[in-house]
Amino acid sequence: MTDNLVEIVSILAAALAVGMGAIGPALGEGRAVAAAMDAIARQPEAAGTISRTLFVGLAMIETMAIYTLVIALLVLFANPFV
Amino acid sequence: MENPLSIEPLFHLGPVPVTAPVVVTWVIMAVLAALAWATTRRLTLRPGKAQTVLELMVTTIDAQIADTMRRDPAPFRALIGTIFLFVLAANWSSLIPGVEPPTAHVETDAALALIVFAATIAYGIRARGMGGYLATFAEPSWVMIPLNVIEQITRTFSLIVRLFGNVMSGVFVVSIVLSLAGLLVPIPLMALDLLTGAVQAYIFAVLATVFIGAAVGETRDPAANDRKDPSDD
Repeated sequence: MTDNLVEIVSILAAALAVGMGAIGPALGEGRAVAAAMDAIARQPEAAGTISRTLFVGLAMIETMAIYTLVIALLVLFANPFV
Repeated sequence: MENPLSIEPLFHLGPVPVTAPVVVTWVIMAVLAALAWATTRRLTLRPGKAQTVLELMVTTIDAQIADTMRRDPAPFRALIGTIFLFVLAANWSSLIPGVEPPTAHVETDAALALIVFAATIAYGIRARGMGGYLATFAEPSWVMIPLNVIEQITRTFSLIVRLFGNVMSGVFVVSIVLSLAGLLVPIPLMALDLLTGAVQAYIFAVLATVFIGAAVGETRDPAANDRKDPSDD
């Protein structure tokens, strides 16, 4: 049990990191999409520009979630303490 | 499960180990160079199909650079356009069976981001002179010097991790779903990967444009300085 305690804690930490790290970007993406829908409903002729900017913005927000994924993979595969 | 952070060498070229991403990178470079060479040999005023596609790409990239920088796009066209086309080709190289995108490995992304980092400094010094470029670090006041220096490093790092994380996570998720669910199931995820790859190539090129634009400063339209810098993440 104590031999692989570090590995158990690492896996827990990786799962927690991805789980918690997904919350913020999810809320942020929801707000961004809601605002874009609102804008398109008000000004349908600007839909092209809005959705292009939306995609870039979403990718930016999504990067935060990707960062936590990278951290989780570092913890799992490149852990200095295992 | 395969470790996504390490790579095995394919073969040895003398004492130098050569890995799969290096081979794919050189093939992409050769294909892009050959296509560019072949389409620009016989440029005519009434363009054929290939020349029309090429002109469309160049004018689109030019318009994007001019939009972002408020400057003449000519000095930056070669670098930004090549970065965009290379990252796009690299991200989409997974369309060929058996090929893994080289951008799914952190070394390729680090090389690309360091090119952008060096280009930022080079263009900044060329446009403002050594003293003028160093003086931009002390804007708006000298208190900001440490923060501005740190920003140079962190934004390069975030450029690396953004591209690496997005492409690698796509490859990783597809391999997990393939091992869990089997053949044909990961196809929707792979289609999503193509979208992600295109968006990430666009973002990489836009961020490179923004960084270089911030280094050289804006000349044509001073009012555009008030726009928010999209690199503040």
